[in-house]
Amino acid sequence: MYDEIKFKHRQLNFLLMILFLSLIVGCSKGQNNVTTGNLTGILHWGNGTDPQELDPHIVTGIPEHHILNALLEGLVAKDTKTLEPIPAVAKEWSISKDKKTYTFKIRESALWSNGDPLTAHDFVWSWWRALQPKLGNQYAYMLFPIENSENYAKGKISDFSLVGVKALDDQTLQVKLSNPTPYFLQLLDHYSMYPLHKATIEKFGKAHERGTLWTRPGNFIGNGPFILKEWRLFKSIDVIKNPIYWDAKKVKLNGIRFHPIENVTTEERMFRLGQLHKTSSIPIDKVKTYKKNKPALLKIYPYLGNYFYRFNTAVAHLSDKRVRRALAMSINRKELTERVTKGDESPAYTFTPPGTLGYFARNGFGFNPSLAKNLMSEAGYPAGKGFPVTELLYNTSEGHRKIAVAIQQMWKKHLGINIVLVNQDWKVYLDSVNTGNYAIARAGWIGDYIDPNTFLDMWVTDGGNNRTGWSNRHYDDLISKQAPISSSKSERYKIMAEAEQILLNNMPIIPIYIYNSKSLVHPSVKGLEPNILNYVLYKNIFLDPVTANQEMD
Amino acid sequence: MLYFTFNRLLQSIPVLLIVVTATFFLVRAAPGGPFSAEKNVPPEVVRALEAQYDLDQSIWQQYISYIGDLLHGDLGPSFRYPGRTVNELIKVGLPVTAELALYAMLLAVFIGASAGIYAGLRPNSLHDYLPMSISMVGICIPSFLMGPLLVLFFGIYMEWLPISGWGSSPGDKILPTLTLGLGYAAFIARLSRGGILEVMTKDYIRTAKAKGLPVSVIVLKHALRGGLIPVVAFLGPAFAGLLSGSFVVETIFQIPGLGRFYVQAAFNRDYTMILGTTIFFATLIIMFNLLSDVIAVWLDPKLRQQYRSDK
Repeated sequence: MYDEIKFKHRQLNFLLMILFLSLIVGCSKGQNNVTTGNLTGILHWGNGTDPQELDPHIVTGIPEHHILNALLEGLVAKDTKTLEPIPAVAKEWSISKDKKTYTFKIRESALWSNGDPLTAHDFVWSWWRALQPKLGNQYAYMLFPIENSENYAKGKISDFSLVGVKALDDQTLQVKLSNPTPYFLQLLDHYSMYPLHKATIEKFGKAHERGTLWTRPGNFIGNGPFILKEWRLFKSIDVIKNPIYWDAKKVKLNGIRFHPIENVTTEERMFRLGQLHKTSSIPIDKVKTYKKNKPALLKIYPYLGNYFYRFNTAVAHLSDKRVRRALAMSINRKELTERVTKGDESPAYTFTPPGTLGYFARNGFGFNPSLAKNLMSEAGYPAGKGFPVTELLYNTSEGHRKIAVAIQQMWKKHLGINIVLVNQDWKVYLDSVNTGNYAIARAGWIGDYIDPNTFLDMWVTDGGNNRTGWSNRHYDDLISKQAPISSSKSERYKIMAEAEQILLNNMPIIPIYIYNSKSLVHPSVKGLEPNILNYVLYKNIFLDPVTANQEMD
Repeated sequence: MLYFTFNRLLQSIPVLLIVVTATFFLVRAAPGGPFSAEKNVPPEVVRALEAQYDLDQSIWQQYISYIGDLLHGDLGPSFRYPGRTVNELIKVGLPVTAELALYAMLLAVFIGASAGIYAGLRPNSLHDYLPMSISMVGICIPSFLMGPLLVLFFGIYMEWLPISGWGSSPGDKILPTLTLGLGYAAFIARLSRGGILEVMTKDYIRTAKAKGLPVSVIVLKHALRGGLIPVVAFLGPAFAGLLSGSFVVETIFQIPGLGRFYVQAAFNRDYTMILGTTIFFATLIIMFNLLSDVIAVWLDPKLRQQYRSDK
């Protein structure tokens, strides 16, 4: 009775099978970005989230940094090994005796990608734009070492000629600082300090206007080793080699394709299938597998950042520094990084990551449960008796939860205190921490530049990033007054270290571990030097498929 | 019929207005603003940013100007992507999500209805139990599990299909379509089986059989029309659900669609983007519900009669 229908179904099933198989055959293998990229000189770069924008005075993230670093270039760059400044747009510079005046010689061969010469006036205009109060540049403070720049950005003065930046002639840029700032050269390759092409920006809108069309492919004029070719929203950004870049001979890549991939699991799968040369990160549960099976592909290096907990010192029982120290000393960081975070992070006993351009602070504390117990007894909580139930706040994420659970257990075990875990969605969490609506809160800090100052100046009284309510006059004095006018690097580091001791003795924060940069890199990628900033100089990178094949075997 | 459609369209205006108003005030009531960040943003910068986006005006002024712009079809600039307008972002994301939803829907209807009809015509036999058990499994497996399983098998072990992207390499649309469509296929299979089962006992089918019509004609011409009514009723909301619920699939397969924008906008407190996408999805859901109601009325003579007499 059903024969007719059955027959039709069979026919249909057959057709479907054919269709499916032909689709599969049509698309299997051969479509491998790494293989084709190695032949054509195109680097496939996993770049995390999609860039917000490509206007250096608007963006704030690391994915944007990776793209802008290819399209623009500052006065100086960094040596990828030592991280010391090396000439870029400026071929040389001199520093006055009082260390407050910097004179840069711009190289004649520096050009914009449309052929216009790049002059000192371009820098003056770009920095003027960076400081425009109406623009709302969140990184304007990177320019604040420059004389009067802070007053200008905050609208206290309106005459830009008072700001310490001047073009003496086309090839000479003079910068006056308010204080000797030893890390000033380090700031110059941050994207907020890059030169921008005035005519282009003004063509598409007012200088202080956000989100005009000047950053689109075809419009964007840069001065870096690469040119913006295509921006497929949420798919990829392509840059190609800039033939008139002053150092074009050194650039070996023909182009880079930035892949915005938010999901690290997807990114790892794409890497496994040869769609990416380098990933932006790696799922934590894959670290072990790669270590065991393909250790050569896994790159893990210390990173200029600290994972820590903040105390709200306005909360009564946390205002006692003995309590804060006891809590800090009863976390077994070694166990935590080995068993919980599992990404080879190094336990943190200081706030500034050790080795930040030669700076090492003394360890402020160690894992010492018995001493911690004594401190708690002294503070009036023997074996945790009478200690109020305290909330530990973190932003919703599996990683933060695991760490919080482990620390909750350690505190319970060593100090007998009860901690409640609270998680909040990112923006709610930020609001709670900013308004002091927390007791203990998870936090992370990535240095803006490579100097202990970026880790220490945030803890001065009422500093915007302090948020703990902690305040110490001597600390403020060391950081804001003494360190900036110190005569030598070693003396300055000594003052910094002294300040850091005060911070660690008072413990308004608990350092937990030093961040790592973790990524997967295909063996054909050469010239990628590991460093604590995860700093990349694209002109050093080249693709070598031959040795890669040997390494893969 | 026309009256019915027109009436329903009019009803949707106040619904949309309520959606817009509620969303507008709710997103602003949520803690944390679009410009809060882990690194402290200096107050003067926040003020400048708020001025650029008119957030320094009173909330009522903002509301009125937003409604004004909305009537002109302008959804405003995105806060998270300063160089892009919400209209532009929806224009980028919609075709992708719509295409994905359409393929998933076609797949779901095709597989689901065939399996359901096949099973419904052979009740309580192995031909019924087997597809229905499979569909039960299909309903139970969520897409965030189905996706990675398909990726693992077809993408990584067999290396047959690309595992990410949309339209950037051939065949990359297959796995997302399967992931999104299979769950709905399972649902439709069960619905159409039930529908067919019920219809096949009806008198008019018995009459058709008595007339000596071949089974294929009975099924295609007489049974399907009545038997698929529950499926059609399900399709409208399902299609809207596919459009707005493709977030998981879009994330797994790295697809630049609307679903992803929607969820990220909420996390980023991208006010205009949240509003824009909410309004957009609300409109879609209303439209598809209306459409499925219209089709249901058209398919079901009883309902048609009812509307005629109502008028």
